[in-house]
Amino acid sequence: MTILSVTAIALLSLGLFFFFAGTVGILRLPDFYSRLHAAGKCDSLAAVLIIVGIALYNIEPFSFEALLVSAKLLLIAVVVFVTSPTATHAITEAALVLGVKPWTKAERKRP
Amino acid sequence: MKAKLATFAVMLLFWVILSGMFDAFHLSLGVICCLLIAHFSHDLLFFGDGKYSNTKSLLGLLAYLPWLFYEIVLANLQVAYIVLNPRMYDLLDPHVIRFKTKLKRPISKVTLAQSITLTPGTITVSIHDDEFSVYALTRSASDSLPGAMEERVARALESER
Repeated sequence: MTILSVTAIALLSLGLFFFFAGTVGILRLPDFYSRLHAAGKCDSLAAVLIIVGIALYNIEPFSFEALLVSAKLLLIAVVVFVTSPTATHAITEAALVLGVKPWTKAERKRP
Repeated sequence: MKAKLATFAVMLLFWVILSGMFDAFHLSLGVICCLLIAHFSHDLLFFGDGKYSNTKSLLGLLAYLPWLFYEIVLANLQVAYIVLNPRMYDLLDPHVIRFKTKLKRPISKVTLAQSITLTPGTITVSIHDDEFSVYALTRSASDSLPGAMEERVARALESER
């Protein structure tokens, strides 16, 4: 066990935890909009953590090829980071335009 | 000219990472492609609008990202706490808030919108001119808006040259 693989395992576990929280959120939250919170965002952090974890795990043993692969993985992380909130925003606005009713605290009833 | 050079450099770096081949044939293909792209679309990546310097914006953005990431982790923990709480319905209070921003550049408005969406508990629904609509999951999530985040975006991207 080197320090690199320990870090990689820690990042992967953290990512798994946030994916788990996101999934529970999709199942438990009351309406479309609040589910988007869980779906679009716990996921972006979780995905980035997992990708960085894999990238770290991958550069050991160190070689130039492995470094290139890790760089590609990091590019994927950047793309996820930029596209995920954009997609969330687009879906939210589409739902508002279509008139999906948001759940409010005043109703207090479980769907 | 500076924009063309910068676009060329970024594109070439991208090419080298993605291709991973370092023989003369593949590298020269890359150089030709990057030259063409830099010539035809140099105004897409570095769109200087006169008043603001690209270098300064880039440095500002780089300084802004670590703070953003810290906020994202904190806020993700908050949402995880709400979602995994057995009494979730007491914590939830979804609502939409609107606020006017003082940011002027389109790029900084987009940065702020994306940052708000990335920090869980809040989603930017729309931007009309300088009015943001933000959908928040709890009261406490919307309390801090726009506040510190807007300040930091302004400092990162709106400092004039």
